[in-house]
Amino acid sequence: MTMPFYVAPEQFMKDKADFARKNIGRGRPLVATVYSTGVLICAENSSRSLHKVSEIYDRIAFAGVGKYNEFDQLRVSGVQHADIKGYQFSREDVDARSLANLYARYMGNVFTHEMKPLEVEILVAEVGAQPGEDQIFHILYDGTVVDEDRFTALGGEAETITARLARAYRAEWSLSEALKASVQALTGGERELSSRELEVAVLDRGNGRRAFRRILEAEVAELLAGREPAALEAGS
Amino acid sequence: MTLPMFPPGHDPGPNFNEVLHRLGFGPFPEAGPGGAPGAPTRAGGLPGGGPGMLTVPGGGDGRVPSVPFQVTHGTTICAVRYGDGVIMAGDRRATSGSAIAHRTMEKVHAADTHSGVAIAGAAGPAMEMVRIFQLQLEHYEKVEGQALSLEGKANQLSQMVRANLGMAMQGFVVVPLFAGYDLRRAKGRIYTYDPTGGRYEETDYHADGSGGRDARTTIKLGFRDDMSREEGIDLCVRALWQAADEDSATGGPDAVRGIFPTVATITAQGFERVPEAEVAQAFGRVISTLSSAEVNRTLPAADADADAHEPDSAGPSKAGATKATASKATAARKAAKQP
Repeated sequence: MTMPFYVAPEQFMKDKADFARKNIGRGRPLVATVYSTGVLICAENSSRSLHKVSEIYDRIAFAGVGKYNEFDQLRVSGVQHADIKGYQFSREDVDARSLANLYARYMGNVFTHEMKPLEVEILVAEVGAQPGEDQIFHILYDGTVVDEDRFTALGGEAETITARLARAYRAEWSLSEALKASVQALTGGERELSSRELEVAVLDRGNGRRAFRRILEAEVAELLAGREPAALEAGS
Repeated sequence: MTLPMFPPGHDPGPNFNEVLHRLGFGPFPEAGPGGAPGAPTRAGGLPGGGPGMLTVPGGGDGRVPSVPFQVTHGTTICAVRYGDGVIMAGDRRATSGSAIAHRTMEKVHAADTHSGVAIAGAAGPAMEMVRIFQLQLEHYEKVEGQALSLEGKANQLSQMVRANLGMAMQGFVVVPLFAGYDLRRAKGRIYTYDPTGGRYEETDYHADGSGGRDARTTIKLGFRDDMSREEGIDLCVRALWQAADEDSATGGPDAVRGIFPTVATITAQGFERVPEAEVAQAFGRVISTLSSAEVNRTLPAADADADAHEPDSAGPSKAGATKATASKATAARKAAKQP
């Protein structure tokens, strides 16, 4: 496409970034945090069928905020990449770091070269074999990768939510404690979020080969009430 | 590697085999329209555009080329419906001609949580087919957010068998047996295939492979509706025993090395392997009920009076029928020693 008038590159980039930030900020936020046996991802999402959090591979999960069709395409590409890599090499060779780098490269490329940047922020999480080896990668609309090892927040008011989580965070906390703190961080105590409006999933070391598991609405309610559902502890 | 990105008109959707082909890794040609067996699988790939794994020398005169080396196949696999779902079983022997190529091959695999696939035929393409099939089911589940129906899974496998037709005509036949628990209908179901990809649903049982015929007959004679888990396992084990008895390419239980056939149950709780110790016990029960035509009448160790240094060739057979015939035989032998 030809440019009718000269626009300074600084202005052009700033406009794109503002555009992406504004639209991502309108989306409902999402938090991820490590807990004693894995990684918890908790999103505000009233839809039961259009997911923000999904499984990529055995130990890797994906989450996105912003424009649904855009992060869903990224999700499917991630699944395709991971499955092909596992097929070509070994299941052990599929890791979150290389996937996060691929996402970053793609999103950075779109931001620089396309008219419209992607209006998404995504998260790639991997549960490690031991506590302390879990990884959380937060990738921004322009391809910036932020590597977190404890918690992060995506979407609108991400900074405020991260600050709230930082105050509440305790190392090796249980799933129930982590979920309560996550919901508290999302709302800031100003409003109520019922289990119906939450999409919760975990990557748990105890789940066998495929660590990803969605936490159903009833189980979320149990966890928010401070009870660890028996089924979760059994790792089923 | 780059992130696979397909334009909207060329998205392979949840089909992993198709993704593999788009990116040039597919071992099985696509079976869909325009993707006839023999279509080139990757740019600059194998000469002749064969199915991607092997090129068999053959002229362009239209004759089917001869297989250049001995193909590994020969097997017995079976699936039997029982009260809680389906039981699948398979022997562990792989042969190459008359030689035993492998003693501990696994021929019964979990396809996903609620289905299993057993394979007979050329080992290389068969194992690859199982692997791609497992990946396909998992890939679909992840991309679509829900698992395929049992019928859908069976259909997928059918397409993969059909895609292998070119190889099958060159001697590398793969014939799978697919069984699973249909969560929507709450029952176990069994599907069989022919080398061209034909898919047939069986109501109660099926067995395939070089010893399949013997196994089928055995199951046919012993089958009852709503068998218990133990009865079902015993019937499968009996079928494998009979197949191994008649077919040189089917391995029986190997008590010396501790290798026993693979047995698995598929129920509402999912695919679960039956522990080897339990399979060994089932063989013990089956052997103890074999007819006198099948058991050596002079079986020495089944008799308590037999000399201690005589080798125990019967394994765990200590029970009634065998013991009775063996006792008679020992008595007769003792009588014969009398001057």
